[in-house]
Amino acid sequence: MGTRRYLLGKVAQATLTVLFVLIFNFFLFRVIPGDPAQILARAKHLPKEAVVQLERDFGLHEPIPKQFALYVEDTVTGNLGISYKFRRPVAGVIAERIWPTVLLVGISTLAATAIGLLIGIYGAWRRGSKLDLGSLGTSLVFYAMPEFWLGILLLMGFAAGLGWFPTGGIVTPGAGYTGVAAATDVLNHLFLPAVTLTLALIGEYALIMRSSLLDVMGEDYLVTARAKGLREALVLRRHAVRNALLPTVTLVALNLGFVVSGAITVELVFSWPGLGLLTAEAADVPDFPLLQGLFLLFSVTVILANLVADLIYGYLDPRVRAA
Amino acid sequence: MSDGTIAPPAEPGAPPAPPSPRAIAWSRRRRSAARVWRTFRKNRMGMTGLVILVFFVLVALFAPLLADPAGLRATEATGGVLEGPSLEYPLGTDILGRSVLTLTIHGSRISLLVGFAATLLSMLIGSVLGIAAGFYGRWRDAVLMRLTDWFLVIPFLPLAIVLASLIGPSLPTIIFVIGVTSWPGTARLVRAQTLSVKERPYVERARALGAGGWHLVTRHILPNVFPIIFANTTLTVAIAILSETTLSFLGLGDPLRVSWGSILEFAFSAGASTAGAWWWLLPPGLAIVLVVLAFTMVGYALDEILNPRLRSR
Repeated sequence: MGTRRYLLGKVAQATLTVLFVLIFNFFLFRVIPGDPAQILARAKHLPKEAVVQLERDFGLHEPIPKQFALYVEDTVTGNLGISYKFRRPVAGVIAERIWPTVLLVGISTLAATAIGLLIGIYGAWRRGSKLDLGSLGTSLVFYAMPEFWLGILLLMGFAAGLGWFPTGGIVTPGAGYTGVAAATDVLNHLFLPAVTLTLALIGEYALIMRSSLLDVMGEDYLVTARAKGLREALVLRRHAVRNALLPTVTLVALNLGFVVSGAITVELVFSWPGLGLLTAEAADVPDFPLLQGLFLLFSVTVILANLVADLIYGYLDPRVRAA
Repeated sequence: MSDGTIAPPAEPGAPPAPPSPRAIAWSRRRRSAARVWRTFRKNRMGMTGLVILVFFVLVALFAPLLADPAGLRATEATGGVLEGPSLEYPLGTDILGRSVLTLTIHGSRISLLVGFAATLLSMLIGSVLGIAAGFYGRWRDAVLMRLTDWFLVIPFLPLAIVLASLIGPSLPTIIFVIGVTSWPGTARLVRAQTLSVKERPYVERARALGAGGWHLVTRHILPNVFPIIFANTTLTVAIAILSETTLSFLGLGDPLRVSWGSILEFAFSAGASTAGAWWWLLPPGLAIVLVVLAFTMVGYALDEILNPRLRSR
């Protein structure tokens, strides 16, 4: 019974949050100086009849609730307006740029989680050792560092300076690689941005894993496990780490908003043609329809990730469901 | 006397007038502040952070004395283009021939100003909403916490970018944008603390004596929530400074003022990294890292001292 209520509650909460985003986006679009049709017309040098047509398309003469209904309908059907900069439908522009970001964010998150967990586990296990203190300090320093600055330094050192990696983009222009060569080329371009984003994320995962493992280590069931005569490594692996993983697992999903923010500047530094670079380009114009489409996509993705995190947490920890 | 007016001078020989309740409250607060300071002084991490902070605040305050502000204008730049460090220009020059040291010194002013001002705004919003939600409870709590959760979930940078590009880049814009997007953490913290303070016996006693909502909030809730807000503030400044840097790097800062973020933005777009001009890229970045690290260290130290939940550890 509790499980069903928990599930429904979480889904309702996420739906409400998405609705909030829609309302927010709708009103934001209306407070832009000048009405949207005018701006679009200025951008495209349209004749007056076309402006009237656009106003009819946007439904600007309708009452606000009707406009909102129209907006929601458009959004749900993927009609996000026309980008000022690219002069094409926003949805199409965004769709082209999704995969590079998924690749970059996915690899960095995986790498940062794996390395961060290991560092955190070791830190908690050998608390106060030189390596623990060193990694704590390094984590703090990386936390205090703007990701893009780290990216610029890596770019200067390893791409522009030593020439080990390309300075930007996702493929070597005009090389026309196929098969394995093409994949290697992409990986070559991916390396530095992925390292930058990973380094920026490791610290937080390590700190969370360390503190949640330290919390678990004081629990009675660990004393029991030791009293049973289990070896220390087994106590750690089977009893301590398993339980300490809970907060970290959900953090990975909860952190997606933070990763997205990091990806925006890192993609700009390495001209990685993903959603982050697109956001930076859109902010530069500023291209409002595109910005709003991106904001919507980022928000909905993060909300969904949060929902998934809540569901995983509920699955892994029965106490949450009961509460 | 309870209205806090100063007592008339006592007659010589007469017993001294009892101090007013306000005087008692303030002397108690002074003593507890002194106690916190004594504990803080023994905290090595906190003191290191504080020393770094004082250094940067002094640099920001005396920037015009340390480096001639004329050196910020491209037309009056005296150095060569992209010169490495020399005796005359200890940190080299940028692509317009300006001293990077001068830029970094003056950049501290905007970076710190935005950090402090945005934090103040964020603390104000967070405290008011947090106390309102915790103190009044019921539907107000439900509505405010929904709002807080919403702001917590929405990815910060995309939201800040949308707002900043809508309002147009300027100094007030960047302060506003960072302030209105970074308060939810504070609001939750303040709400939790308010909920626990609200149930304490002395608040019940004050309520039984007929104290109204405003009196309870300003005299009993706020003084007890304040330490938590204070520790949280220093951590928020660190985040606000990082946010300023990021927004400026994306070209959403005030285009007419030099901040550490805008130096990096200009350096990057002018190709400092391909030119290998490390002296242009390192100083502003290191300044950011040091200041953010310092605020974080002070914040952790204060949290350890002021947060009752952590004290027993």
